[in-house]
Amino acid sequence: MLAHELPRLLFGTPGTPLTLAQHEATFAPSVKVESLFNELAGSGLTGRGGAAFPTARKAELLRDQRGHHKVVVVNAMEGEPVSYKDSTLLSTNPHLVLDGAAILASIIGAKHVIVCVSRDNPTAVGHVQRALDERKRAGSRGPEFELETAPWRYVAGEESALVHWLNDNESLPQYRPQRPNVLKISQHSVLLDNVETCANVGLIGRFGAGWFRALGTRTSPGSILVTITGAVERPKVLEVVPGMTLRTVLSFADADPDPQALLLGGYGGSWLDGAFLDTPYDNESLAPLGASVGAGIVVVLGREGCGVVETQRVVKWMANESARQCGPCAFGLPALSEDLAELSTGSRTSTKALQRLEQRCGVIEGRGACHHPDGVVRLVRSALHVFAEDFMSHARGTPCLGSRAKKYFVAVPQLEHEHELIWE
Amino acid sequence: MGVKRRTGGFYLRVNPILCDGFGHCHELAPELVRMDEWGYPIIDKEPTPLSDLAALESARYAVRGCPRQALRIERVSET
Repeated sequence: MLAHELPRLLFGTPGTPLTLAQHEATFAPSVKVESLFNELAGSGLTGRGGAAFPTARKAELLRDQRGHHKVVVVNAMEGEPVSYKDSTLLSTNPHLVLDGAAILASIIGAKHVIVCVSRDNPTAVGHVQRALDERKRAGSRGPEFELETAPWRYVAGEESALVHWLNDNESLPQYRPQRPNVLKISQHSVLLDNVETCANVGLIGRFGAGWFRALGTRTSPGSILVTITGAVERPKVLEVVPGMTLRTVLSFADADPDPQALLLGGYGGSWLDGAFLDTPYDNESLAPLGASVGAGIVVVLGREGCGVVETQRVVKWMANESARQCGPCAFGLPALSEDLAELSTGSRTSTKALQRLEQRCGVIEGRGACHHPDGVVRLVRSALHVFAEDFMSHARGTPCLGSRAKKYFVAVPQLEHEHELIWE
Repeated sequence: MGVKRRTGGFYLRVNPILCDGFGHCHELAPELVRMDEWGYPIIDKEPTPLSDLAALESARYAVRGCPRQALRIERVSET
């Protein structure tokens, strides 16, 4: 494989995963890798689950833990409703992910790998199962693989919630006061990484850090998978190079060339004004604008949409997806959602709702066991900033045209009743 | 025998999962704990100096008085 060429991760056709033999033939190792950990550290790979934490540092922390039975968990829960990158990757090349997991296992000294796929995504479960069977038949060496299917919830993919599920069959986040914190599955230290991160580790193990760094920028090397939806001709998952402008990324999906705004990162991400389309799509360039690549989600909001209404729809769903463990999240998010609902219809008392919304954001932030409420606050704050004029006109009781047109761009799953949410 | 020097500070930390909003901590340590509109504690993110003996004492009362045992005092050394 050539270093400067895409696709890397999405080599093949989505839907017909590469067989083990095809995979071995396409991804024949080109360099002799001396020390896997040094290659990983040299590659500068960052986590692709949303937080962009350096993968090598996480692996190092786990490598230095005591104990013989460590576990690598591959997170393919894909909690973001508008993201399809993880399932696309698994339906294109599951073996690359398993390779990466095996490499991580050998780095930290784990003999066990658990691949967690949401049971609401039977196609992905099937692809992983077939790939694992194939490996067993071929008698591949390496760690012992296991497939686990957790229920799909927004917070179920959060690392502590996933580990909690593996321990006690409850997808609820845990309180971890000390940082850095090592998660445990029945006293065995756990290294948890996103599927895309694992696939990248698989590439680094085969071709080395230098090859990996041939694409991307200094701080975000490699390629990233992006799910583009909203005002686009063809919603799809793309493999892009960090550092490309947003305009280029959007053009690959035939998106609206003059969008009102973009939702970047995910439901707990942030809005970006459509005027910043020439910003490079990487964390370093997006950070000054208060945005990030997050889980590689781009939702394009067309001119005829209304940011207030879209934010309200997302926040309402997010409030319902709260695990209801921490008061500030269980009560605060519905309160935010109500304020936004009042604003989106726009009445005479809405000015108060706007003030309350701003004040409540400050109260809720940083007071949950996980970052679910923080993500919602980030989204609301960015909306208040990007759609400031719309919020003002809504608050004056004159909602913008878009909110009356009832045209929605962000896909939000149907609300389930509180009693119907499945956590185990 | 000597005077015990009190340097550094402490945090009062709440486990938000355990906390059910009884509000005892706000009663027992009003100088450290505020209450949000839903009755859950808001605690300063800045450490309180250990030399503030009154605050430390009420923090201890709050820890002991919490019906959910959700509070904890965490000491930090001076930086």
